Amino acid sequence: MKTYLCSFSLALTLFAASTHAADAPAAPATSEAALERLQKTLHEMESRHQQEMDALRRQIADQRAAIEKLQASTSPAPAAGAQAAAPPPAAPSRPWSPSDPIRVAGNAQGFMNISFDGLFTAAATTAPRPGDFEMGGHDPSQRGFNVQGLETVFDGAVDPWFKGQANFVSQITDGGDTTFEAEEAWLQTSSLPGNLQAKGGLFLGPFGRLNQQHAHAWDFVNQSIVNGRFLGGDGLRNPGAQFSWLAPLPWFSELTVAIQNGSGETAYSFRNRGDGDTFMGRPTLDRNLRGFGDLLYVPRWENSFDLTDEQTVVLGTSAALGPNDTGPNARTEIYGVDLTWKWKPSDSSGGFPFVKWQSEAMLRRFEAGAADPLPGVADPLPDETFRDWGAYSQVVWGFAKGWTAGLRGEYLHMEVSPLTTDATRQQRWRVSPNLTWYLSEFSKLRLQWDHDELGSMPGFDSRRADAVFLQFEFLLGAHGAHKF
Amino acid sequence: MKSLILTFALLLAAPLAHAKLQVVATLPDLGALASRIGGDRVEVTVLAKPTEDPHFVDPKPSLILKLNRADALIEGGADLEVGWLPALLDSARNPRIQPGTTGRIAVASAIPLLEVPSALSRAEGDIHAKGNPHFMMDPERAITVARRIAEALAALDPPGAAAYRERGASLEAEIRAAMARWKAVLAPSAGKHVAAYHNSWVYFAERFGLKIDLFLEPKPGVPPSPSHLAKVIEDAKALGVRAVLVEPFQDRKTADFVAQRMGATSIVAAQFPNGVPGTPGYVELLDALVTRLATAMKGGG
Repeated sequence: MKTYLCSFSLALTLFAASTHAADAPAAPATSEAALERLQKTLHEMESRHQQEMDALRRQIADQRAAIEKLQASTSPAPAAGAQAAAPPPAAPSRPWSPSDPIRVAGNAQGFMNISFDGLFTAAATTAPRPGDFEMGGHDPSQRGFNVQGLETVFDGAVDPWFKGQANFVSQITDGGDTTFEAEEAWLQTSSLPGNLQAKGGLFLGPFGRLNQQHAHAWDFVNQSIVNGRFLGGDGLRNPGAQFSWLAPLPWFSELTVAIQNGSGETAYSFRNRGDGDTFMGRPTLDRNLRGFGDLLYVPRWENSFDLTDEQTVVLGTSAALGPNDTGPNARTEIYGVDLTWKWKPSDSSGGFPFVKWQSEAMLRRFEAGAADPLPGVADPLPDETFRDWGAYSQVVWGFAKGWTAGLRGEYLHMEVSPLTTDATRQQRWRVSPNLTWYLSEFSKLRLQWDHDELGSMPGFDSRRADAVFLQFEFLLGAHGAHKF
Repeated sequence: MKSLILTFALLLAAPLAHAKLQVVATLPDLGALASRIGGDRVEVTVLAKPTEDPHFVDPKPSLILKLNRADALIEGGADLEVGWLPALLDSARNPRIQPGTTGRIAVASAIPLLEVPSALSRAEGDIHAKGNPHFMMDPERAITVARRIAEALAALDPPGAAAYRERGASLEAEIRAAMARWKAVLAPSAGKHVAAYHNSWVYFAERFGLKIDLFLEPKPGVPPSPSHLAKVIEDAKALGVRAVLVEPFQDRKTADFVAQRMGATSIVAAQFPNGVPGTPGYVELLDALVTRLATAMKGGG
């Protein structure tokens, strides 16, 4: 076969060469060059032919091996009782087509992961109403049993260019009414050029660490005081767009900017009308967006380093800048820094043991506008600027597989004003030890004790409260992995 | 003019100097194969540590960075990494390793898996929906994976195709020669029962005729309970079990205790090169395991 092909190709080449030679002027120099070219062409054809034969031989060997394997596996069935019809090996990667589900996470082949998370807490407190001490949102609000949140999450790859996620939360109020709200629903790019990423929709703003975590992923039963008082009980969460860039540095350094609407109770310190249209003791205006300057901007710069093979640090700084509703030109600025450190040994079993330390500090500069004179109000409040700050620091020690012990300390400092006396402006500190038992990655039981101390201020006495919580959670379905 | 041309030529040549293919492997066994097949044309980075539990790798930001700079990603593809890899890929911002590209290499697609569950329920513990993902413990399947990696690298880097195929073939020959040796060493133990902490040895058992079906975990992912361990010890004594396999990240004390009670040897067996000392490559890894297992089966230490 080989010699036949060789002689045939040689004959062809010679024929081609001869027709060529008939046209070309018969000079001795060119015919030598032509001979060289002929030889070169012949060598090339030979080597290409050789490669093709090798490839064919390899294919035959592979198929022989596959046949042998099939013959071997049809003899004794494995003790584990495998399905006889194991799925045939899929073809090596081929371009995506709409009939191929892209698996983002989860146990089953499908276009979307669906999961349901139930989070409940039984609370016993010295305060008649825990809601007076907690931040609201997902925190337990009554003595006895509370539904912290029933969360349904959908996520999946939309197409090769986007990933989508939606979170819906249902809660039961103290009065027994069911509330249902869309927590998040957004689209995120999978791979833009230039190390960029864009996100659009309704999402938690990229401020600090705790704000971007959903309640069932918290290391403590309740939200931190500073997050609740500055960013709101529901977190800083608005419709908008976000852009982030991964810097070409030797360490992980990511710059993010979110531009959101900044209105409603999920923009707590911003264009928020407040309860009864009052915020910071002042009647609020219904401010509209007059231009780009009235949007809420949330920039963040996050850096991460692996100190050693077993220790990782994440250091970030964030800001939230936008208008608030207490005056026609009133603005709010919140600045935050956060530090997270985690140690996990190289031979950890199922992720244990580990130690994780997370701290955040925030500063808020709130311009409270002058209140309009109202009928019956003798001295309307003048404009004031409050500089408040707060911090929390929490350590979680996973001491045995499935068990963690945590301790959190928090402090909130509010600028004292003899004019504005709002219950939310009471200075306070709190310490919370807890113990969590993760029966699996899908269920947990958590016992926590909170000791809360509120300082006195004009119009309010100092108060203290102790609370014990027993939290339980279950997760059904396929839920994507949480960020670090 | 001449210096200008020279500068241009150097600038054009500069990218060629960085021509090493950046390959990221999720797990150290895949990384070892990729290093061996790629040689000095590739630079391999591995995400999981050889001594850590591959189900529970932290999705640290530094790993995001590695994925962002990769030309190719080699993953098991049988959901062993599903707890952490998708979270990393969401932030990786790398079009070269998206699903369906030549840079995305899921090796499980090339081989038949065992223990594919007919029904999915978490009441059975942490089960893997696509089948048992610890297939690299079977040298035959490892050879298929090596070929898949060689072909994938050849597709990504055509000038090096011949080199990759040649190195793949030499690795295959080495594994085959070793396999004959391993089969000979383990032949006397055919049909015998071995205990293990977790159900991660079914492919190894099938290849070498062993029955590794007594587990310290009552269900996958569920920690051993005293009552279950008592039963395991009883069954092991009845079946004449001589070895207990425990991986470097699993509870050594429990395995040692149980082994002592059943009169067997507890063997620290890794599934990743460098998981135990003296095992820099795939062949060395299985060499160590086969040797220690054979010794234990004979009744030695």
